[in-house]
Amino acid sequence: MSGHSTYEPKWAAARWMDQRLPIVRMGADFMTMPTPRNLNYWWTFGGILMLCLIVQIASGVILGMHYVAHVDYAFDSVQRIRRDVPYGWLMQSTHAVGASMFFLAVYMHIFRALYYGSYKAPREVLWILGCLIYLVMMATAFLGYTLPWGQMSFWGATVITGFFGAVPVVGESLQQWLLGGYAVDNATLNRFYSLHYLLPFVIAALSGLHIWALHVTGSNNPIGVSDKVKTDTLPFHPYFTVKDMLAVTVFLMIFAFFLFYLPDALGHADNLIKADPLKTPPHIVPEWYFLPFYAILRAVPDKLAGILLMVGAIAVLFVLPWLDTSRVRSMRFRPIARWFFFIFIFMCFILGWCGAETPDDNAFLGLSFYRLSQIATIYYFGYFLVILPILGLVENPEERPASITQSILDHGDKPKPEAVQAPAE
Amino acid sequence: MALKTVRNLMIAGGVAVASLTGIAIASGGSVADGYEMVHKHWHWSGVTGTYDQEAMQRGYNVYAQVCRSCHNLDHLAFRHLGDKGGPFYDERYENPNDNPLVKNIAAEYEVIDVNPEDGSEISRPGIPADMFPPVYRNTAEAAYVNNGAIPPDLSVMVKARNNGADYVYNLMLAYDHPQPDSVVTSSGQYYNPVMEGGKIAMGPQLQPQVGVFEYQSETEGQNPPEATVEQMAADVVEFLAWSADPKLAERKSAGMMSMVYLLILALLLWLSYKRIWARLKPKT
Amino acid sequence: MRAPSGDCHAYLGTNKKVATMAETGLIHHDDIVADDSKRDFIFLAAGAAGAIGAASIVWPMIAQMGKAADTLALGSIEIDVSKVAEGQQLKVLWRGAPVFVRHRTATEIAEAESVDLAVLPDPATDDSRLVAGPDGALKPQYLVQVGVCTHFGCVPVGEAGDYDGWYCPCHGSHYDTSGRIRKGPAPRNLLVPPYEYVSDTVIKVG
Repeated sequence: MSGHSTYEPKWAAARWMDQRLPIVRMGADFMTMPTPRNLNYWWTFGGILMLCLIVQIASGVILGMHYVAHVDYAFDSVQRIRRDVPYGWLMQSTHAVGASMFFLAVYMHIFRALYYGSYKAPREVLWILGCLIYLVMMATAFLGYTLPWGQMSFWGATVITGFFGAVPVVGESLQQWLLGGYAVDNATLNRFYSLHYLLPFVIAALSGLHIWALHVTGSNNPIGVSDKVKTDTLPFHPYFTVKDMLAVTVFLMIFAFFLFYLPDALGHADNLIKADPLKTPPHIVPEWYFLPFYAILRAVPDKLAGILLMVGAIAVLFVLPWLDTSRVRSMRFRPIARWFFFIFIFMCFILGWCGAETPDDNAFLGLSFYRLSQIATIYYFGYFLVILPILGLVENPEERPASITQSILDHGDKPKPEAVQAPAE
Repeated sequence: MALKTVRNLMIAGGVAVASLTGIAIASGGSVADGYEMVHKHWHWSGVTGTYDQEAMQRGYNVYAQVCRSCHNLDHLAFRHLGDKGGPFYDERYENPNDNPLVKNIAAEYEVIDVNPEDGSEISRPGIPADMFPPVYRNTAEAAYVNNGAIPPDLSVMVKARNNGADYVYNLMLAYDHPQPDSVVTSSGQYYNPVMEGGKIAMGPQLQPQVGVFEYQSETEGQNPPEATVEQMAADVVEFLAWSADPKLAERKSAGMMSMVYLLILALLLWLSYKRIWARLKPKT
Repeated sequence: MRAPSGDCHAYLGTNKKVATMAETGLIHHDDIVADDSKRDFIFLAAGAAGAIGAASIVWPMIAQMGKAADTLALGSIEIDVSKVAEGQQLKVLWRGAPVFVRHRTATEIAEAESVDLAVLPDPATDDSRLVAGPDGALKPQYLVQVGVCTHFGCVPVGEAGDYDGWYCPCHGSHYDTSGRIRKGPAPRNLLVPPYEYVSDTVIKVG
């Protein structure tokens, strides 16, 4: 935070360095950052995401040593990694499962921010940077999914690049410019590989800015009341480093469970069939983390409108700080908004379900997935564009504690003042 | 506080695993026209299950004598057969290229090579380092010979279908299922309810066959089971499952170690966490 | 009724009085008298477990750069030496580097055998650089070596240099008709690869 630095170099060499590049000071200041003491485990996903990014970059750089970006060899080279490269099976599964874990964690992180109002002033820039990271993550994941050159890789790339073909007037030439040809082919694969290698470093840079912004405003907290007195906060290290490490370890257990016991379960069987430009698989579905957006895309019968809706579903996140009019950050004190939020989460799952199924199939009670996805899409946009702006003005929030300290004292997790004053037995 | 924390962590973890597993399983195999998929309990299922070596050897025989006439194993080299966990692994030959069984099998295949002297195309017996040679010279030939339907590669087949082991097993056995009127097969097509759409270009392949289960190795099992269609289907699936996922045993043992390690680490970190936060409790 | 956006004080909460530290009894980090004199066993164990985990993750990341199974499998080739005419040299690619199979003339053999070992930077008899055929006798006419200069890995040129053997154009190393270093910066003789005669005329390298 903007407070003064408490770092004091211990050795002459450290002092010398500090006068020239105070990088150690920066690290030390980050470690002593005053952090609200009431953060719960939903606040550990930041650290988990940092680990995810490191895992993806490290395993990705390794896969890059063995992968061949050519339509004739890409699929075979992945098989070779899984069969012949020492520990290649581990590296390939880590990268593939890691992508799913990254999105799992990022969704938890986003939902936490939505619930506790972490996007509200003064954290708008922090939130927008997060949205940008999410956007680049989606691009990276899409590009990466093309590289194994299975049937889903190929047809996913064909469908997604087709979005650009829907742009009026220049659509077709834009799409062919992106592909580097008339269809998804070797030129496409090569540029996708190049960009897939580049974008993670863009994510890393954006994450740096995201953390910087966090250190300017400080963390939000479950009650959404800014810290005011000294007892409201604790230094980040060791209190939150140890808490984050514990959460990371639990997260790694979920990661390891998929990695070692269900390594291909989160992907598609069709992607183990080599890409065939002459034959489309019967059901093209994106990876699970894109399913809600895929459902929004298919919720309207018009190509361009579907794409605009899908883009809008992301774009609306960027302006969220100005859509939510409530003066209270945390939904803990917003009795009505809380329920709308839970319905929102539910609708996201509904959208994911719709994205995985064939639109014309019957979901339940004669309601097709197509209609169901329309209902959920309307709620998705309604939540951001109607419910949050209006509710903030009409809702009467519950009474909030005066401070973080007060909220801890009220909850009985910590001894009450009387208990302290009571004589020792 | 402690119990609440643990409970919350467990709930969060449980929800995450359950939802992801649900997504993974939601796209399971389909059942058409009243055909009941037989769900076998495979040797390699479960947390510790691994492939049965004798079953894989018999399965290889079925592949070599039946499937091989049309289907290739694109991603397998002969040496893979002798890898640890593979059908012909022999602990005396840590290097699969030295394994005599593997050498013999390789030599049974003709590999197309180039004569280094005059550049002409020659055919030579395979060596362990060779990949399984393609059955057809190219896809055009494969399509021409098979009425336009290219026989798919089998080396990743079990991974390339949802619930692939059951899929291949049932596909082999479902030809007897009565054909409904709604599915009209043209000449060169067969009815099979396991296949998407019910139509398949491959006819029934497995018949009870004498001698197909002769083991290659004198040291391996002496009394092969009777070569019924079900047994042959099960064994060829065992072989193909290994072929699609040859590192399964290595993966599961690494998984077990990782899980135990992470559990210990989580426990130690939880104790550290309690210890550090306990400092904030007033000393009375 | 809504405060201008960007004003974080709009979110500060209620008008209730904020309790002071003395009133709350909550302890802050700065109030703790750290007792670092004894290192806690739990912290040590957690740290050690973390270090073990990190090390076991790093190992596969290093090992993956080693030779893959398909690379290891392609370690040997067979060469029919009878196809090499006298005074000719065959160059074959083995493990990504050239192998020279030279059918030496009688003059070259005599030249190689007559050298005084004392003048050699890397002393070796000509016989020690040959391999016996199936009958147990050396075949001095066939010299097999890895065609990589022991200096910095260039491929030497045949029938060249001051000693009628090989000459490396990169930094001027001269090898004799037995492939032994005679002059120039290279430290050792040309390497003889592991090979054997599988028949009278066919050798297996690797």
